[in-house]
Amino acid sequence: QQAITGKVISGDDQQPIPGVNIVEKGTANGTITDFDGNYSMSVSGPDAILLFSFVGYQDTEQQVGSQTTMNISMATSVEELSEVVVIGYGSAKKEDLTGSVKAISASDFNQGSLNSPQELLNGKVPGVQITNSGGAPGANSTIRIRGGSSLSASNDPLIVIDGVPIDNNEIAGMANSLNTINPNDIETFTVLKDASATAIYGSRASNGVIMITTKKGTSGGISLDYNGTFSVNTVPKTIESLNSNQYRELMNTRFETTNPAVLDLLGDANTDWQDEILRTSVATDHNVSVGGEIAEFLPYRASVGYSLNDGILKTSQLKRWTGNINLNPKFFDDHLAVNISAKGMNIENRFADTGALNGAIGFDPTQVVRDPERFAPYGGYFAWAGSTGLPINIAPGNPLALLEQKLDKSTVNRFIGNIQLDYKFHFLPELRANLNLGTDRSKGGGNVIIDPQAAFDLGAFQNEGANKRYDEKKRNELLDFYLQYVHKFEGPDLNFDLMAGYSWQHFWNEKIETDVFGNGTIRNPELIQRSENFLVSFFGRLNLNLKNRYLLTATLRNDNSSRFAEGNREGVFPSLAFSWNIDQESFMGGSGTLSTAKIRAGYGITGQQDIGEDYGYLGIYTRGQETAQAIGYNPDGSPIFVSTLRPEGFDADLKWETTTTWNVGIDYGFKDDRFTGSLDLYLRTTDDLLNTIPIPAGSNLSNELLTNVGSLENRGIEFSFDANIIQNQDWFWSAGINFTYNVNEITKLTQVDDPSYKGVPTGGIAGGTGNNIQIHSVGYPAFSFFVWEQIYDENGNPIENAYVDRDGNGIINDDDKYRYKNSAPDVLMGVNTKVTYKNWDFSASGRASFGNYVYNNVNSDGAFYNKLQTNGQFTGNVTTNIYETNFVTPQYFSDYYVEDASYFRLDNIMIGYNFNNIFGGKWRARVYGTVNNVFVITGYDGLDPEVFDGIDNEVYPRPRTFMLGVNLGF
Amino acid sequence: DLDVTPIDPNLNTADKVYQTQDDLREGLAKIYAGFSVSGQQGPAGQGDLSGFDEGHSQYLRGLFVCQELPTEEVINGWNDGNLPKVSQMTWGDGNEFIRSFYYRAIYQVSLANEFIRQASRFVGQEGFERVPEFIAEARYLRAFSYWHALDLFGNGVPFVTEANEVGAFLPLPAGENARGPELYKYIESEALAIIGDNPEDNANVLPDAEAAVFGEADKAAAYMLLGKLYLNHAVYLGSEDNGEYQKGLQILQRLYDAGVYSLYTTDGPNYSAYEALFLADNQLTSNEIIWAFTFDGLNAKTFGGTTYIINASMGGAMDQTDYGTADAWGGNRTTPEFVDYFEVDSPNDGRALFFTEGQSKEIQNQDQFTEGYAVVKFKNKKQDGSDGSNLSEGFADTNFPVFRLADAYLMTAELEWRINGSISAASIGRINEIRTRGGASTVNSITDPKDFLLKERARELYWEGHRRTDLVRFGELVGDNYVWAFKGGIPSGTSVNSRYNLMPIPSTDVNANPNLKQNPGY
Repeated sequence: QQAITGKVISGDDQQPIPGVNIVEKGTANGTITDFDGNYSMSVSGPDAILLFSFVGYQDTEQQVGSQTTMNISMATSVEELSEVVVIGYGSAKKEDLTGSVKAISASDFNQGSLNSPQELLNGKVPGVQITNSGGAPGANSTIRIRGGSSLSASNDPLIVIDGVPIDNNEIAGMANSLNTINPNDIETFTVLKDASATAIYGSRASNGVIMITTKKGTSGGISLDYNGTFSVNTVPKTIESLNSNQYRELMNTRFETTNPAVLDLLGDANTDWQDEILRTSVATDHNVSVGGEIAEFLPYRASVGYSLNDGILKTSQLKRWTGNINLNPKFFDDHLAVNISAKGMNIENRFADTGALNGAIGFDPTQVVRDPERFAPYGGYFAWAGSTGLPINIAPGNPLALLEQKLDKSTVNRFIGNIQLDYKFHFLPELRANLNLGTDRSKGGGNVIIDPQAAFDLGAFQNEGANKRYDEKKRNELLDFYLQYVHKFEGPDLNFDLMAGYSWQHFWNEKIETDVFGNGTIRNPELIQRSENFLVSFFGRLNLNLKNRYLLTATLRNDNSSRFAEGNREGVFPSLAFSWNIDQESFMGGSGTLSTAKIRAGYGITGQQDIGEDYGYLGIYTRGQETAQAIGYNPDGSPIFVSTLRPEGFDADLKWETTTTWNVGIDYGFKDDRFTGSLDLYLRTTDDLLNTIPIPAGSNLSNELLTNVGSLENRGIEFSFDANIIQNQDWFWSAGINFTYNVNEITKLTQVDDPSYKGVPTGGIAGGTGNNIQIHSVGYPAFSFFVWEQIYDENGNPIENAYVDRDGNGIINDDDKYRYKNSAPDVLMGVNTKVTYKNWDFSASGRASFGNYVYNNVNSDGAFYNKLQTNGQFTGNVTTNIYETNFVTPQYFSDYYVEDASYFRLDNIMIGYNFNNIFGGKWRARVYGTVNNVFVITGYDGLDPEVFDGIDNEVYPRPRTFMLGVNLGF
Repeated sequence: DLDVTPIDPNLNTADKVYQTQDDLREGLAKIYAGFSVSGQQGPAGQGDLSGFDEGHSQYLRGLFVCQELPTEEVINGWNDGNLPKVSQMTWGDGNEFIRSFYYRAIYQVSLANEFIRQASRFVGQEGFERVPEFIAEARYLRAFSYWHALDLFGNGVPFVTEANEVGAFLPLPAGENARGPELYKYIESEALAIIGDNPEDNANVLPDAEAAVFGEADKAAAYMLLGKLYLNHAVYLGSEDNGEYQKGLQILQRLYDAGVYSLYTTDGPNYSAYEALFLADNQLTSNEIIWAFTFDGLNAKTFGGTTYIINASMGGAMDQTDYGTADAWGGNRTTPEFVDYFEVDSPNDGRALFFTEGQSKEIQNQDQFTEGYAVVKFKNKKQDGSDGSNLSEGFADTNFPVFRLADAYLMTAELEWRINGSISAASIGRINEIRTRGGASTVNSITDPKDFLLKERARELYWEGHRRTDLVRFGELVGDNYVWAFKGGIPSGTSVNSRYNLMPIPSTDVNANPNLKQNPGY
């Protein structure tokens, strides 16, 4: 035993550094420096080596020897930037990257009670847009990297968790496939944006790749971490529909003389239906993880997480258990590295019927919510019923009953596991073989139980309730194998790195559904669906690095998918990229200001095969269920039932959609990288677009079909800038900002070469049937709104049925519609900042979006006088927008409803305090508080301007969440 | 691994699905079911068409909307999208309700083409003896839907036969002009072939009249199709030709000569003979019903069909369970002008099946169910007064008579009048048979045959999907000679433009297929 003390200072400014981690190498023995940079500890003896480490500084080792005082000056780290970044089938040092790749590690994540792992990333990476589908617990989030490259095929990025590409489609009973992963277990996200980075994933890479790496065990002693939070979710805003007084007044004005019978339908209550269905709710989350090394060869990390989140829409709830184990042993003198990873998850959801949201907006506010006597047959809930007491099936259901008389619960289990063997050949350590066997299995299922007294479901009401049961199983099996050869040619200072591999993946799923009434009658016959597809691939990558200055990456992937017919099955996806580390050039040697400068240029082709159909190229027949048979009658009148065979529409020539990407960029850093950032320009062209289009009637066996038609282009600029503004003993202040500018344009839609061809209608809206508000047209962005130009009166109010007759022929028809704006933002901006002062820290992050337009379907289908009553049978409410429009009939296609929904949202603020001297510094503790969804600034009239597809109807309000959290660890 | 075949028990590939004659029967059954249900899962879930409300995309519902809503027989009060415009005759080329029927009709044609292609492979093989007859039925069903397309959308609709393989191509229109002979001639020649009249093409012949089970097509159904074609030829072709009317008389005579049809005249304790034609067990009236779309509340569930016709007509003070359904959608009523065909022109007529309690005759508000008399012609009740098979969910068993003998009688009378200017004594006798059966007084002579026929057709055949065609043929659908509540969009009714005699080809298809030409005026 030997006591040692000392002081740690920064080599940069000679100031003491507090909080430096000091460990005696090979033991669990360690301490940290105090505020003045001083430390004291006892070590095993003179042979002990102390390892000093601190963020932003190079690790420093020193043998103790006979000293009792050991002062250390730590050099600031440029190497800190040379973090190792996970890329497809391998990893690379950041400075060796040639593509557009951004890694975000845990310390940069958004904090607080987040709905989904996706949101950890929100606003952090230029070019990446993340929109959650609403505020429901466990809601899905849509990720778009550099705009959508497809029209009908998936625009979701490929997600790879610890080397296993996962099935990103949702499973029955769980909205968000990424909920499998506990955010607390995530070490880094790596976002691969350009084709030179993604093309190694070939046919699944057109929309970028997100690689998720979970935390691993570390060498050294045992460590334990606990993280717990408690949150309160509040309702930030509701839709303005008429209150009971406004409503009574309007009803009287409208119907007193024309149709007084309608007024008899009114009740005498004053109900705010949105208040009735929404609530302030609570959520809590706990995680424990333990890590360390067993017997000096088996590093491990294991964690367990539990969270319980009640939604702000009554009855909605998410309960989640997650478990995660990582084992990383090494054998044969580290020649064989093994990585075993297992993640399991169990979710219990209770879904609230989101129909209650629109229901509440449109429900008569003069009606009472419940009256146990008057509405006894309906469980006490107000219901619209006919003269017989039977509920009126086409009348809206009581919004609260929709929640409370429907028990919609699911349980989902998912397991993702893999074993990765990485072997460096004994006779040739430059050659490495890597085998990855993985599986992703999930099982989801649930019941939707309708109360026997539920008036909103006539069939169930008549048959003692109903119980629908659904089950889904999914399997995804993976085998990857690659060889990598790395050799440094000392003479020319050339690093040569060649990798080649094979991948096989199989996706399988099965769905079973039964639906029976409470009295045992079958409501819907059992439904069984099964499907599978295979993907077989060969891939390779060559990296050349000359003098650490000139880098070249070439990749090639050959994919074969069972989703296409022979002949179209094979796709070849190459990429090539070059980068130049200018900062390494001798002529830059003297420059003290420019610390990083790298120019990148890349080109590549990627594909898309996630078309949602496994047999789209095959002419297949579907057997009808027994509830949809053909009937004949014998002469005595007895029926003969014949089941039916339906031929499905198909496109035998279905093939890959391909995206060609050009990317140039620079990475820069000034003042020893206190200021860093990057700038990227890209051009992405997608050909043979997979698109569901209305096909010429008679040409196929459907009216709409998925086929390869047309091209589109995304052009954009991404810029990011991060600065460590203040860095001294007490203060640290950093801030980052990023911008994305993206333009999307359809360049070809050649089902026909006809200049008068309007395009492909899309974007179904609420109201009517089969109405579309958007269109894909050549020369315009995808999903452009296709509307009539509203004419306004002298007071600026829209005139009903008055539209600009653009072709001047006196008839307002489809030819008078024009393409007006679209839902994709022109510019996205992310901002974040972090301040620490001694033990305090504060951070905030926000996002802005400019030029995104939203079709206000809540108003277009919720504010016209005809909505006030239906057939004299029941009444309905309207939004206050009625005062502006005075529309009698719906004007779905008016551009009046297409609103500028630019916004700034402060996503998150956090304030925290670190206790680092508990139990003699052995324990770490931290308490913090956050507010999520702090505020939104927008000119948009609706509930929330952030609507992914630009059509605003039925959005679960995003809660404002206040959270208190605590971290404990040693 | 890459050569996959479906592992779903309900899916199969075309080359494997047809192994036996019974398999082919199931393929043919799909075309029949196409008139009754909207997809492979009743009532909704695996729709045949996409992009529409599935219930609305059902064949009969679409036909009813197109054939009945624009006329004085029905007014609809729902505020669904552009539906009110169908009642008002103010529709445009983007009307989603018209569009869905257009696609449905052409879909039936595509189904028949696919079936004929597949079934032809088995002709002549042992164990497939009935296949030529199956093909004849498919050809009938195709010709029938083409007739609807011709009637509603004109001669310029896309024209495809079994010779056009499934794929991505741009079908050519049947003919260059909206009115013209091409599609008409095709339907005629197909119908003649399958009744065995075309010596070069008589490989596929339908069963004789009444030799098929109720619901399947026989020669009599083809006679009726030809009769409809000849009767309306002046509309379809653009000019009148007495020779075509003569052909109409002859083909209907062959129907009578078959000797198997007669009016259903058995009054029951609960319902009259006329009412029995529209009940849940109306297959028992097959001596009069020549061909029907068949329904079943448990085995052919749909939100269209007679379920729609019945449920949409329930509301107000009615007890829907009196009519065999739990569901009341409160949408369809009738206009005062139609009521007067009975009240003024044929008082005490037993065919006037109205529900008037709490309903006003006059209509000020289109969207008020209690304005306008409710119509209770179709019911999900059996002759013995019991309910159809699925009262609780409100799905009807009631079959929909597409062609029935009473219609043939009125067609014969009209053909005579159109040829000779007068109606024969034999036809007046048949008309009196119809009227007597319906509980109306007999007529001795008919002074104004045009007025009488137009109104008598309404009295006998209302809500059976004939009205728009009839009004067009009589020249009374458009213009201001004949107006009714909400024609043109105002309560008292007003003139509408003559373009509404034809419906627009949906803008989606004009867009998708540049070979098509929009109908005049749209």
